[in-house]
Amino acid sequence: MATAPQEAASGPGLPQLDFTTFGNQIFWLAIALVATYFILSRIALPRIAAVLAERQGSITNDLAAAEDLKAKAVEAEAAYNKALADARAEAQTIIAQAKAEIKADLDKAMAKADAEISARAAEGEKKIAEIRANAMESVKAVAKDTAAEIVAAMGGKADGRTVTAAVNARMKG
Amino acid sequence: MATEAQGAAEGGLVFHPMDQFMVKPLFGDGAVGIFTLTNVTFWMALTVLAIFGLLVLGTSGRATIPTRTQSIAELAYDFIRKMVEDVAGKDGLVFFPYIMTLFLFILFANILGLLPMAFTTTSHIAVTAVLAMLVFLTVTIVGFVKNGAGFLGLFWVSSAPLPLRPILALIEVISYFVRPVSHSIRLAGNMMAGHAVIKVFAAFAPMIVISTGIGLVVTPLSILAISTIYALEVLVACIQAYVFTILTCVYLKDALHPHH
Amino acid sequence: MEGDIVQMGAYIGAGLACTGMGGAALGVGHVAGNFLAGALRNPSAAGGQTATLFIGIAFAEALGIFSFLVALLLMFAV
Repeated sequence: MATAPQEAASGPGLPQLDFTTFGNQIFWLAIALVATYFILSRIALPRIAAVLAERQGSITNDLAAAEDLKAKAVEAEAAYNKALADARAEAQTIIAQAKAEIKADLDKAMAKADAEISARAAEGEKKIAEIRANAMESVKAVAKDTAAEIVAAMGGKADGRTVTAAVNARMKG
Repeated sequence: MATEAQGAAEGGLVFHPMDQFMVKPLFGDGAVGIFTLTNVTFWMALTVLAIFGLLVLGTSGRATIPTRTQSIAELAYDFIRKMVEDVAGKDGLVFFPYIMTLFLFILFANILGLLPMAFTTTSHIAVTAVLAMLVFLTVTIVGFVKNGAGFLGLFWVSSAPLPLRPILALIEVISYFVRPVSHSIRLAGNMMAGHAVIKVFAAFAPMIVISTGIGLVVTPLSILAISTIYALEVLVACIQAYVFTILTCVYLKDALHPHH
Repeated sequence: MEGDIVQMGAYIGAGLACTGMGGAALGVGHVAGNFLAGALRNPSAAGGQTATLFIGIAFAEALGIFSFLVALLLMFAV
């Protein structure tokens, strides 16, 4: 404690309050600040500003390009959809056409078949009628003979014409 | 502290927490004149070189996709520009290079001062007072040039009741003139305090050499404390640069738009 | 102990001045705590107010630094 005042007197005390160094500090500070200011305002800041502006520009450009590409993609999709719809419609018409053709063929074939069937049916009927007529003739002949025989057996003399007329009348009745 | 240093010479511990702030000539041992090359010169030159390295060499590629150094420079640019624009307004952008200069100078001086054995230029009131007076003079001159006598409206709080206004005006005037004082002492005080505390703990660290018993406890503790305070000081170095800059912007806003 | 009484007074005064830093600590804590409380209530508005937070902290802290400075002046300059 005793030595304290001497020390304080000989020592610099608080270096921050040593006024003899203020001039020096302020001088060098001024130089440093001016140097920094010129470095910044002449070189660094304009350069960074340019770089940032350029980046902003290229980002904007890229965004615009991306927007364009997106529009193109949308267009392409629309075209694709349209082509798809067209193809579908075409396929539909082709199907309808084919169906109509097939139907026409079918109708023709049906008509032909029908005609054939009716022709055959007519032929069959004719044959049946013939057969029936033949049968009728045979029956008539048998009946005439039988009737002549019966009449002869009864002692009469059968007139052929009368017998025929009588048989015909019976056959009709 | 002087007596403690005296007493410590016998005990072994040496406390010189303020010696780190001494301005010394770089060459020789003479007196410090205005133009003497001192450690102030050296560390300020280093600060300017660091700023040059980051903002000029770092951006020399002018790359659209930035390198790491360039993106740090761009980050600082964007940060300060946005601060000026947000706080001081669009017309404050004229002062952007000036504010950027202050910010980068203080930031780099603070951070470089944290290097071991370094000299912290911003811990000196002479330096911070010049910085603060520059801001104060800029704000005052700009205020009067832009607004004329209307700048005095800053002190006349028209939203307050009439009887209170003279008292408020007095308070506003006083606070206006205290601004450069608090502005400079805040920065210097923060820097000085942190560095002095680190030095005090550093003085405790060699305790283990003197007395092994106490040293086993004290030395690790003080080393831990130095590390912790150092981390805090890194934070403070950045925050004080930020605070100095943002207060400059706030004062500039007063000069550009005195009617709140 | 044949020290002089001015020295003693200066050292005691320096110690007392350091209590002012406690006040600054309270103030800074108050500012930060209230900011956090407000920010949690309205997180979307918090981002824009960090500048205000730092300004408030800076003002509160400056007064603590003043007391620190008074202590230093008493220790070294008186």
